[in-house]
Amino acid sequence: MIAKKNLLGIEFLEPSDIYEILDKAKGFTQQDLSGKSVAQTLDGYNIINIFFENSTRTQTSFEIAGKRLGALVTSINVKDSSIKKGETLFDTALTLNAMKPDLIVIRHPYSGAVQLLSEKIDCSVINAGDGKHEHPTQALLDAMTVLRRKNQLSGLTVTICGDIAHSRVARSNIFLFGKLGNSIRLVGPATLVPDCFKEFGVEVFNNMREGLKGADVVMMLRLQKERMDGGYVPSEREYFHFYGLDEEKLSQAKSDAIILHPGPMNRGVEIDSELADDLSRSAIQEQVEMGVSIRMAVIESLIARVIDK
Amino acid sequence: MITFKNVHIIDPESNRESLGSLTIDNGIIEKIDGPIKGESIDCKGACLAPGIVDIGPKICEPGERHKESFRTASAAAAAGGVTCLVTRPDTSPPIDTPEILEFFLTRASNSAKVKILPMVTLSKNLCGKEMSELGFMKDLGAIAFSEGLNYFHDTKYFQKTMQYIKALDLFIIGHPQENSLSEGSVATAGAFASKLGLPSVSTVAEKIGLERDLSLASLTKVKYHADQITTEEAVETLKRYKKTNDRISAGTSIHHISLNELDIGPYRTFFKITPPLRSEKDRLAVINGLKDGTIDIIGSFHTPQDEESKRLPYETAAPGAIGLETILCSALRLTKDKIFNLPTLFKFLSLNPANLIGAPFGRIREGSPADLVLFDPDEPFLIDRFKLKSKSKNTPFDEQTMQGRVLMTYVNGEEVFRRYN
Repeated sequence: MIAKKNLLGIEFLEPSDIYEILDKAKGFTQQDLSGKSVAQTLDGYNIINIFFENSTRTQTSFEIAGKRLGALVTSINVKDSSIKKGETLFDTALTLNAMKPDLIVIRHPYSGAVQLLSEKIDCSVINAGDGKHEHPTQALLDAMTVLRRKNQLSGLTVTICGDIAHSRVARSNIFLFGKLGNSIRLVGPATLVPDCFKEFGVEVFNNMREGLKGADVVMMLRLQKERMDGGYVPSEREYFHFYGLDEEKLSQAKSDAIILHPGPMNRGVEIDSELADDLSRSAIQEQVEMGVSIRMAVIESLIARVIDK
Repeated sequence: MITFKNVHIIDPESNRESLGSLTIDNGIIEKIDGPIKGESIDCKGACLAPGIVDIGPKICEPGERHKESFRTASAAAAAGGVTCLVTRPDTSPPIDTPEILEFFLTRASNSAKVKILPMVTLSKNLCGKEMSELGFMKDLGAIAFSEGLNYFHDTKYFQKTMQYIKALDLFIIGHPQENSLSEGSVATAGAFASKLGLPSVSTVAEKIGLERDLSLASLTKVKYHADQITTEEAVETLKRYKKTNDRISAGTSIHHISLNELDIGPYRTFFKITPPLRSEKDRLAVINGLKDGTIDIIGSFHTPQDEESKRLPYETAAPGAIGLETILCSALRLTKDKIFNLPTLFKFLSLNPANLIGAPFGRIREGSPADLVLFDPDEPFLIDRFKLKSKSKNTPFDEQTMQGRVLMTYVNGEEVFRRYN
């Protein structure tokens, strides 16, 4: 069981913590998750999901993960809450804390905000994405997917392509795959892949074909529409030409390389539509499936800390 | 009449650091190393230096008295050995009209026990365009013109303002920064900011802003002081301009020479300041800039912020740190590290800033105003932010052990602070 109170980022995990979570998640993937077949180990425990930023898949994934374990899950839609009425983040934390939940899952548009909230909260906190900082459960589910497809989680070449600068998914994955002894490459235009990332022990490529050579895992990131207006890249079509993943560029990678994407995808911008649907190459749907198992594992581990006491 | 005896006199002007005695009378330094006259204070070898002249602190009056008032700022200053505050005008509303300046001066004279000399804004409402009524405010006692920690947006208007000020025989305190680069940023570009995922600005923004300001200052021949030089590139630029222009000078902040970006750690907002903390390389370059005389002044850039404005995600938290009460003890770290001796340190803290504003204090000289700080350079103590005298408690030095403590502070020969242990 991981010893930490919170899951704020991959940066703070040891490789053994990561393997432990993956192991636990593997147990869930082997079970039939439909119906009531999962042991309701968290029956009666309260989980609050609070998302200060719109999210469909992550919020739903956390909700289903909690419910499958039998917990009572309350999802707070920030649009309807007092936060919009001027309550400070600090007071929100105190308010939630006073309701004595057993776990809180938080997403926030600002880097570091989840940590700030966690300092005022007694129960465990899971970071479901904070600004451009970390999204640890995404990196864990990516690792889970890679492990299933490749039967290994070290010694691989992992190429991450796209808007690295603004991506919390990229940061968490750089930490995770780095900690487990893989070689990491970042690919994208210089505006979106600053050179200083080299200091994290990764290679930086502005030429996608070179960055893909011999890759085992190709992780595509979403490019936000507002970044395609000329400030970071000249246009959508120029971006797709140089950095969109298609058959031709993918041929540089190993023949059994797998494609990951944290979603939601911009088909035709960062990834060719047919490639995204090619189940022999693309593990995108499997990532979503692993997401639930990983979140079940993390939720159960963190709450178990308290149960064991 | 008081005579300080058995005291280490630290004088930046004569570069003195030796035992002696000093007599004050009628608000001035009457005699150095003379016979003991009047009340005598045995200083037991403590150091007596000219009081610190701080260029650029913010007192939050008018507008934000809940963050800091003249009374609390002046108490903090006195406890920190600061005897003169040359205050920033970026209050709300800013000090941009003679009427607001009058209010400011009245409040200052009623509530402050240290000297308060106001900067006023260059432009109306800090718009970075049309000039404030600079002449009127000069006549009322404005000592310098500045946009505070804001950038003067319009280069053309800035040039005209400089020409106008040159004729008034006053000077500009600029905040060098290329705004289109630094806007929205809260950290210095590099691996650290990338890891935290914070919007960041390259250090060249300061250099580009400084180039603009110094080019215009050289063109208009106005006296120009850059408030904070915090990057290696800017030190080099400044050095180049100083070779041909003796009307320019520059300061840096105590926080930029004491701390670097890694101190921010896990999004600690008390370390969020303007400009953002820099790399260790920049910190050392700035210290070298002080060493070789490129940078002239160390200031606190005291910026009070209440708990609410700091208890926010890093990107949205208010910038600034208080520093009046900690400037001396944090600066003394540089003498402990043998980077400067005490007279040199007080050149940056007292003499150079006093010379910048043309004031007679800031030195230990017979006939000069008796603005003095008596301190024990070795006494260790732990900073407890809640015990600081500022109304706001946003110090980055909380719970740090410091060495060097102010014992007494005098302004015009009047005791304004005494530590009772």
